[in-house]
Amino acid sequence: MQDSLFYLFAALTLLCGVLVIANPFTRNPITSAMFLVLTIVSLAGLFVLLHAFFLAAVQILVYAGAVMVLFLFVIMLLDLKEEEGRKIKAGAGLVGLAAAGGIALVMMAVIRQSNVGVGLKAANVEGSTAALGQRLFADYALPFELISLLLLVAMIGTVLLSKKDLK
Amino acid sequence: MTPVGLQHYLVVSVLLFCLGLLGVLVRRNVLVIYMSLELMLNAANLALVAFSRFNNNLDGQVIVFFIITVAASEVAVGLALIVALYRRRHTTHVEDLTALKN
Repeated sequence: MQDSLFYLFAALTLLCGVLVIANPFTRNPITSAMFLVLTIVSLAGLFVLLHAFFLAAVQILVYAGAVMVLFLFVIMLLDLKEEEGRKIKAGAGLVGLAAAGGIALVMMAVIRQSNVGVGLKAANVEGSTAALGQRLFADYALPFELISLLLLVAMIGTVLLSKKDLK
Repeated sequence: MTPVGLQHYLVVSVLLFCLGLLGVLVRRNVLVIYMSLELMLNAANLALVAFSRFNNNLDGQVIVFFIITVAASEVAVGLALIVALYRRRHTTHVEDLTALKN
């Protein structure tokens, strides 16, 4: 059951990922954004299969919720009608395919050769959300506080960048 | 069929990462390039969570939590940059942005 769910979610993730970057029917960025939402939701499914329940919830709330709404908001703010006619250039497509495919081949070979994870059983970490919170607020308290500073900086930066005339 | 293990998740992660890389290399719209970057970040997240589960070590999940936070702030700043760019140049197409070329 779990295995078939893994294959289902993995196939969904990869299929929607392909449709994000190269949709055969339309070049519309909104379609890409919608398929990115589907990719993220199926990734959250994979997280659930890995017993990372809290991260699956955060993935859906933050990514599929906040980040993608921001993306759609900006796409609709900018009127991108003329973008749709542009085609992917064949030369750039070939070079990109060769580069990405080459890296994929190398990494697959590494995974195959190194026998990573052979003999490792999936650990049974029940109640991992409580354990995660303990980690976060005990061992990682300083990075956690620094992250809040980063969010503040990002907020100030966004407000500054969005001003009408930058001085 | 072998039961699903760490390697299966890593293969999915690698494929997703390369899809994102392909998008960054091939697409010419800044917004779609940005979405491809998100794909690559998510692929790294998947690998970290898989390692965390199969090594019985929660540190991987903590790092993923931080990555999601950083990615959210990165998206906010990046999209503000794109909007500012569009306001000045009226395009989001990278081939029209050649101010640094000459």
